[in-house]
Amino acid sequence: MNRFLLPLGAFLLLAVVLAIGIRHAPDKGVIASPLLGRPAPQFALPDLTQPARLVRSVDLKGHWYLFNVWGTWCGECRAEHETLLRVQRAGLVPLIGLDWKDDASEARAWLAQFGNPYQAVAVDASGRVAIDWGVYGAPETFLVDPRGIVVYKHVGALTDAVWSQEILPRVGAARPGKS
Amino acid sequence: MRAWLYRLAAVGVLGAAVAAWAVDPTQLADPKLQARYEALTHELRCMQCQNESLADSPVDLAADLRREVRDMLLAGKSDDQVRGWMAARYGDFILFRPRYSLRNAWLWGAPALLLSIGALVCWRVVRQRTALLAADPESPEEDGRS
Repeated sequence: MNRFLLPLGAFLLLAVVLAIGIRHAPDKGVIASPLLGRPAPQFALPDLTQPARLVRSVDLKGHWYLFNVWGTWCGECRAEHETLLRVQRAGLVPLIGLDWKDDASEARAWLAQFGNPYQAVAVDASGRVAIDWGVYGAPETFLVDPRGIVVYKHVGALTDAVWSQEILPRVGAARPGKS
Repeated sequence: MRAWLYRLAAVGVLGAAVAAWAVDPTQLADPKLQARYEALTHELRCMQCQNESLADSPVDLAADLRREVRDMLLAGKSDDQVRGWMAARYGDFILFRPRYSLRNAWLWGAPALLLSIGALVCWRVVRQRTALLAADPESPEEDGRS
């Protein structure tokens, strides 16, 4: 009896450890952002539609906002565009776009053609701000709270499901009465 | 003649392969900085291709991150500062050579722990066997079987 107790115990321990690992494994290919729970990186970049103006992170403090990284060269960005427009129509969280390493005139044409869901779009021609945000592919979307803390990150096209299951509850929980 | 043609073709293919690998043309004036630059870009992961280093990856983001490495080195930052800067943005995942931390200490310790458990088991088994052998009036050699 005692002979089998040790191997059995070791097996069960290993099974528990592996089960925890499998349960907590993130979606394949999605890398947890070290930014979560930390202040959003600062930036001041030219506005896509009014190049003389700056889109500045300091101006965004005090409100929830979604920071959406996109580019006209990115196919998945086209896929999420309808969802972005619905998010804008919902009027709950403003969208701030980051046009990442893109041709500005093509980006303006894209918004003219498909509709502009953004409150403002910052132009990141050098890609430096995207790097500060730890972006490694477009589209990526960050939810930033009124204190300027990044509370959630979604990699890949934003979907209605992500909006209603991941983003809305976070925003809604923080301001009861308005959902 | 034919053999020569084959050799020529082989050299051509090899040359093309070497050219294809030269993703990063960066050359820093200071050879010491260049050496550190090459070491760093080889131990940082390209986040888009994930199994390639920054030095080997042809994608745009890798070029941007190499530019950051170069600028930081030129600005006099240390290797650890560069690694820390990268990890603050992309997480420890960007480091091919993982750092020690309290969270992964058990991982670093696990091989030594498992080895000592194995050694303990081994020692106990050997001791038990020797005790059995000593207690057995008939030793296996006299058994006639083997």
